[in-house]
Amino acid sequence: MDFLRPNTFAEALALKAEQPDAVPIAGGTDVMVELNFDHRRPPALLDLTRIAELREWSAVDGKLRVGSGVPYARIIEQLGGQLPGLAMASRTVGSPQIRNRGTVGGNLGAASPAGDTHPVLLAGDAVIEAASARGTRMIPAAEFYLGVKRNALEPDELIAAVHLNAAPGPEQFAKVGTRNAMVIAVCSFAIALHPAEKRVGAAVGSAAPTPRHATAAEEFLAGELDWDAPKPLLDSVKRRFGELVAEAASPIDDVRGSAAYRKHALAVLARRTLGWAWQDHLGKETRECA
Amino acid sequence: MSLTPAELTSSVTGGIGTSPQRPDGNLKVRGEFAYASDLWHEDMIWGSTLRSPHPYARIVSIDLTEALEVPGVYAVLTHEDVPGANLYGLEHKDQPVLAVDVVRYQGEAVALVGADHPETATRAMKRIKVEYEVLEPVVDMETAADDTPLHPGGNLVRHVPIRRGGQAPTADVVVTGRYEVGMQDQAFLGPESGLAVPAEDGGVDLYIATQWLHVDQGQVASALGMPLDKVRLTLSGVGGAFGGREDLSMQVHACMLALHTRKPVKMVYNREESFYGHVHRHPAVLHYEHGATNDGKLVYVKARIFLDGGAYASSTGAVVANAATLGVGPYEVDNVTIDCYGVYTNNPPCGAMRGFGAVQAGFAYESQMDKLADALGMDPVDVRIANAMTEGSVMPTGQVVDSAAPVAQLLKLVKDKPLPPVSTTLDLRSMPGGVSNTTHGEGVVRGIGYAVGIKNVCFSEGYDDYSTARVRVQVINGELVALAHTAACEVGQGLVTIMQQIVRTELGVQRVTILPMDTSIGNGGSTSASRQTYVTGGAVKAACAAVRDKLAKLAGGRDLSEVDLVELLGDDVVDETVEWRHRATEPLDPETGQGNAHVQYGFAAHRAVVDVDVELGLVKVVELDCAQDVGNALNPQAVLGQIQGGSAQGLGLAVMEEIQTSGGKVRNPSFTDYLIPTVLDMPPMSIDVLELADPNAPYGVRGVGEPPTISSTPAIVAAIRAATGLALTRVPVRPEHITGT
Ligand SMILES: Cc1cc2nc3c(=O)[nH]c(=O)nc-3n(C[C@H](O)[C@H](O)[C@H](O)COP(=O)(O)OP(=O)(O)OC[C@H]3O[C@@H](n4cnc5c(N)ncnc54)[C@H](O)[C@@H]3O)c2cc1C
Repeated sequence: MDFLRPNTFAEALALKAEQPDAVPIAGGTDVMVELNFDHRRPPALLDLTRIAELREWSAVDGKLRVGSGVPYARIIEQLGGQLPGLAMASRTVGSPQIRNRGTVGGNLGAASPAGDTHPVLLAGDAVIEAASARGTRMIPAAEFYLGVKRNALEPDELIAAVHLNAAPGPEQFAKVGTRNAMVIAVCSFAIALHPAEKRVGAAVGSAAPTPRHATAAEEFLAGELDWDAPKPLLDSVKRRFGELVAEAASPIDDVRGSAAYRKHALAVLARRTLGWAWQDHLGKETRECA
Repeated sequence: MSLTPAELTSSVTGGIGTSPQRPDGNLKVRGEFAYASDLWHEDMIWGSTLRSPHPYARIVSIDLTEALEVPGVYAVLTHEDVPGANLYGLEHKDQPVLAVDVVRYQGEAVALVGADHPETATRAMKRIKVEYEVLEPVVDMETAADDTPLHPGGNLVRHVPIRRGGQAPTADVVVTGRYEVGMQDQAFLGPESGLAVPAEDGGVDLYIATQWLHVDQGQVASALGMPLDKVRLTLSGVGGAFGGREDLSMQVHACMLALHTRKPVKMVYNREESFYGHVHRHPAVLHYEHGATNDGKLVYVKARIFLDGGAYASSTGAVVANAATLGVGPYEVDNVTIDCYGVYTNNPPCGAMRGFGAVQAGFAYESQMDKLADALGMDPVDVRIANAMTEGSVMPTGQVVDSAAPVAQLLKLVKDKPLPPVSTTLDLRSMPGGVSNTTHGEGVVRGIGYAVGIKNVCFSEGYDDYSTARVRVQVINGELVALAHTAACEVGQGLVTIMQQIVRTELGVQRVTILPMDTSIGNGGSTSASRQTYVTGGAVKAACAAVRDKLAKLAGGRDLSEVDLVELLGDDVVDETVEWRHRATEPLDPETGQGNAHVQYGFAAHRAVVDVDVELGLVKVVELDCAQDVGNALNPQAVLGQIQGGSAQGLGLAVMEEIQTSGGKVRNPSFTDYLIPTVLDMPPMSIDVLELADPNAPYGVRGVGEPPTISSTPAIVAAIRAATGLALTRVPVRPEHITGT
């Protein structure tokens, strides 16, 4: 097996163009597990860890560009204020060791339906910057996940960065696992309020072949929430929202949980996170008025 | 005249009753300790195992041609190459070294490859063509005995009946229940590993992570068709055992490859293979009926217990005896009817795991005690205390408990501890779901539960259970030094430290070297049944006494405490080997289950405080306090470590640990989906250690390792029941059981 070690992103793209079946490796927390279990035998590994530009993030006009190689630990530490949803999801990934190495780029590359950042990226309208020797294209998160562990990248493409708006409103992420730490999601849910646009982003993870928007639930809330004169939410609204989120899922029974449980739990998570996010929003409104 | 220890120890530190640093501690913390998987030999090759993908199938044909053609392959072996007996087993020789014409579980070893690289071995394995005729597996333990026979004698491995007192009793209050225990794994972190080196004399030297060198040696020699002295085993670094290394894994396989190729052969399982490579805890179905008077005194207990032994017997027979004899728990009951069955199925083989039959029974009888308390409107601790056994109580086997049995005291100790406050801050780490951010307090209900358990210590039922120890003293560079040698396995529990402590105390020698454990000395017995401090500790103590006698003789009647031992010994060496036995036990009567079958009993009690998110079914164990009698804490820190570890393993069984099978196939053979508790799952513990010496045991010790595993699980489940009001009759409790979805 070849081990390719480019020093710059341009070099990496050239190598990937030459050898499209070379498997990129960032933190290696997915790749190495697959190799160790002999689930995958790539002809070459393309090591991205020497590429400084992938490990940087920048903020321009409230828009954040997070390099695909920024590890979770740094997202939690440095971006918690601007990207609270992503930081919350990052906080739930694995253990400290995994958060030191694992990256959002790797989560997207693996495109597991259980990846923790996906619902947050969907709810926050993230755009994935995919690059190749041919050029760069911007892929909205909603178009990125194609199937179980399949994404929209072309064989010669690498993920350069993820683009997100600095949280325009409160965000929440919650995940159910059968252990209190270091656990793969049985199901997960992200919500992002977009007050300026008077709408809500909501997405489910680990409850369908791909992470996906809960579109009907989003639309329902857009009609129910009074953004101009915000007041506490009715229980019936939270409940209906929960039901619609559960309906957005098409989960399976597996060792981690039953399909019925996943739907049930998603409804609970949706109700609770909506409550917390809306409470935040109310708090902000009152503070701003005072 | 011999010296008493007290006369010698005045100037020595690190004797019994203290907690000196373990000799392997720093190395392990720094990651420098050499485990069996680190073994290396010049010129060595790698062995790997082809395993059956089917739980039950006939082998139609095996074609090795293409595998043998792979460059770098030294050997491909099947059952035809087993030099000696192709059947082994701890109690029954029923398991083939390599499958002959049938495979009985998924993961059964079929063929071996020896190659210059693990990768080559893997490639060659994929080229072995095995044609199977897949058969319908037997998977239901309750009906297995009447199903397709998987072995010549049928599917019943052992039935232990217990009949005591009246067999048609009546009572004011009767509660019944059916309970299930899932298949727990030992989940030791160091996978199966060893190195076999062919020797000049035609024999083989095996470096191995195991928990019983001599029983391995006997089984390996028999399979190789060699005399015992040609098969020499040395213990390598063991990364945990918990019962899972009592049976053979790759021992014979590596030796076969080594003898065949005349090269050193290393074998290491990866995590997935490890799940197929060792026995697990028996899953169980337990039917119980408890009858009591209106004031809460037990009148009778009836139970039918099924234990799923899987494809091969392993130690199922002894596990059955434990579940039966300990089946009513640490309570006085005059009328007992128990039938406990261990059966063959095509599920993964099950055998020894910490708690060994007492865990399964403990979950059921403690659940019953709570149910009884509920039916009587009594406090669950009061019901237990009303029936608690004491020294002098009679077991359902008729055996009188002849040393401390402080069951009521242990319960009171955990009950009287202050309760933790309900958390008022929003620290996600203290919530069910942890940092996964599933609740900020919504749906969270607190529950409290209690349990107490009983475990036999040492081997039972007339087994000749002993250990051999050799102790030597001599003067090196003007300093008196001692050396201790046994074949008793250090598996991480700290036996090496205890041996040093005992020698220091007995001989007053500060510097004590522990020789590598190997088969050049007599049997040390198994590192299981909470027995090594008791039995090997007893052997080391006895060997020290023999050394003292020799020294006294050398001193020619002078008072030894007045003698300079360095001067006395000069260039002499005193070297004594002793075989030490605990008091004998008796077999159980096969009809009535009566007999003095056990050596000693150990007891622990837990109180669990849990917060349950009742809407999501997630559990946070807030506190898990324990009280246990250990007879005499030879190393107080190690005692606490055992209680914490045992409690954590019980917590795992209560809320997450299960090998899930479907049609005999394992669905989660990885740490991705076989979950064990993390630091956020296991709460801090407050522990009370009682030291009520057992006059029959060396230093009065009582086995420590297993009792906390027994009561931890039912205490936690009782607490979850208290929080949810649900019956919860199966462990591990899954979120679905709580939410009903
Ligand atoms: C113990 C453990 C616990 C874990 N827990 C969690 C968890 O709780 N939640 C969770 O979501 N995940 C978890 N994971 C999975 C893993 O840590 C995450 O998916 C992580 O985000 C992967 O990032 P990485 O940088 O290590 O990726 P890598 O392993 O380096 O790569 C993953 C995939 O992405 C591809 N890739 C990487 N970078 C790029 C790029 N720039 N362009 C194109 N393709 C790329 C790789 O080729 C590969 O297919 C866990 C893993 C382990 C081992």
